[in-house]
Amino acid sequence: MTPKVVLVTGVGGYLGGHLAARLAANPDIERVLGVDTVPPHRDVVRTLGRAEFVRADIRNPLIAKVITSANVDTVLHASLTAVPPGPTRRTALKEMNVIGTMQLLAACQRAPSVRKLVVKSTAAVYGAGARSPAVFTEDDTPKDISASGPARDAVEVEQYVRGFARRRPDVEIALIRLTNLIGPRVDTLLTRYFSLPVVPTVLGYDARIQLLHSEDALAVLEQAALRPGGGVFNAGGDGVLMLSQAIRRAGRVQLPMPAAAMPTAGRLLRGARLVDFNTDHVRYLNYGRVVDTTRLRTVFGFTPRWTTRQAFDDYVHGSGMRPVLDPSLLAGLESRVLGTRN
Amino acid sequence: MQEARVIPLQRTERHRRFNPPPVVTEGPAVEPTPLRPGAVEPEVAGLRRGVADALAFARRRMTGDYQVDEFGFDPDLTETVLLPPLRAVYQKWFRVEVSGVENLPADGGALIVCNHSGTLPLDAMMTAIAVRDNHPAQRYLRMLGADLVFQVPLLGALARKSGQTLACNPDAEQLLRSGELVGVWPEGFKGIGKPFSERYKLQRFGRGGFVSAAMRTGVPIIPCSIVGAEEIYPKIGDLKAIARLFGLPYFPITPFFPLLGPLGAIPLPSKWHIRFGEPIPTDTYEKDAQDDPMLVFNLTDQVRETIQQTLYRMLTQRGNPFLG
Repeated sequence: MTPKVVLVTGVGGYLGGHLAARLAANPDIERVLGVDTVPPHRDVVRTLGRAEFVRADIRNPLIAKVITSANVDTVLHASLTAVPPGPTRRTALKEMNVIGTMQLLAACQRAPSVRKLVVKSTAAVYGAGARSPAVFTEDDTPKDISASGPARDAVEVEQYVRGFARRRPDVEIALIRLTNLIGPRVDTLLTRYFSLPVVPTVLGYDARIQLLHSEDALAVLEQAALRPGGGVFNAGGDGVLMLSQAIRRAGRVQLPMPAAAMPTAGRLLRGARLVDFNTDHVRYLNYGRVVDTTRLRTVFGFTPRWTTRQAFDDYVHGSGMRPVLDPSLLAGLESRVLGTRN
Repeated sequence: MQEARVIPLQRTERHRRFNPPPVVTEGPAVEPTPLRPGAVEPEVAGLRRGVADALAFARRRMTGDYQVDEFGFDPDLTETVLLPPLRAVYQKWFRVEVSGVENLPADGGALIVCNHSGTLPLDAMMTAIAVRDNHPAQRYLRMLGADLVFQVPLLGALARKSGQTLACNPDAEQLLRSGELVGVWPEGFKGIGKPFSERYKLQRFGRGGFVSAAMRTGVPIIPCSIVGAEEIYPKIGDLKAIARLFGLPYFPITPFFPLLGPLGAIPLPSKWHIRFGEPIPTDTYEKDAQDDPMLVFNLTDQVRETIQQTLYRMLTQRGNPFLG
């Protein structure tokens, strides 16, 4: 079933904006509506094509009018900010995440035209901790997650989505849990973190990180809107990088700090408006998180084009980062010792 | 009430020539096939080889050019940094003798179940080396560790890098399904922290979680008996108050610790024997047999009895604990 009228939330953001553009380029779709409180970025607007922008707040009941009047059959909820890139006002973000989703779902429930709902969620709902399994599957429940924080918002949003699924069993619901995004063009928590000249980490810990290229994230969400059927799917690139390894690949200098100094460092970075270091993020930097993507491959039928390592290298090259130490120097020394010339 | 306004972003005449979103063509980088085969590396041995290997290792580490699996296992680091000192202890200090290597499968998953002893988990590390150095295919042993290990800074990170993961069913099953050799010490702290007077008496084998993991993945269980680890730190007392203060399961007193301070932390040089027993198949049961608790308990007991009987037999054959 190809959707006829698609509503995309959060078009002011990277994912929402580019998703609307991708869907607008699909000739089978009649109409693409983008909703947000802020207009899309200038670069996105150029690619938006025939997509229409509705300046509306999803926290406002007005959204119901938009859905019913346009006869929207597919809703792509991409505005959830569970891993904010920079320091944000917590209350405003929670309002937008939780209340916004509640209003949107309430509007969808009253709209008989809605047949499909795609929700962009995050792998942060699994939490991160010493007692968590190394690889999370879709059936794992949240554990080791702070009681208030953006990750908790995502958990609550997923609860509301499950409630909506009970009340509207005729609507197909696809819930996509994305791992941390990276790429040369996207602004995320990790791209900001790795572009710090000195990267603070917690002493004695090394996290396993799994990344998803931003283009892959767009592709998987687009496919979720187009393909029939729903379900819960983890989406992440193949393979794993260690946090220390990633810092070295980016040519950055790692600064391990005792765990006790981490809150102060977090406050400094927040104050400098650089990176948001909340409890969940520090926990993620300690233990890391890896999700199982078998279901995405076999049931959903999507294989990410970039592995974690390739996505990270693409980000490093695209951002123009150069390693501090030239690897060819050591390689040259090595071949001189061995007596080989190359 | 406000009205939702549809704001067209582009003028109508431009609608026809809408720009498709940029298609990213750069895929994964593909290495070009060299036209001529590369120069044959000359045989270099001795010090120069060593220096070159160290340089290569330094280059890989500094540029992050190594592979890590989803459990955090780092074979490059394990092989170059972590194993060599342990191997020296294995060969020179404990003089480990290994038998029954033919019982380890050449490939595919298997669950190696061992007895636990020695106050500090040196037996786990020695078993890992025994598998790595004696198996014809030099396989790695992936160990399942207690959650306490992963909560401790530094230790937890090192444990992951050396191929350990949390002892829980999802992790164990994932490793077994991907065809790894998995080592488990089901006695846990009860086994490793038992007093010296109870040496070589197997403790309770948990809830049989390891048996259900093996049954669910259909891999054989290989009982493994370790003799010699009980004598390295004879635990003759336990300071419970201090243990509780640090959140430890026990705080041992040995004849030399804490009396001699850090010197007392040197393990006694006992002579070790590690025996891998005959594999117990688990794929002969019908589907969902792991949901039958009685069957799981029986199999757990069978494994436990096998290890216990082998231990008694090995002990009677052993002479002096330190000379073997």
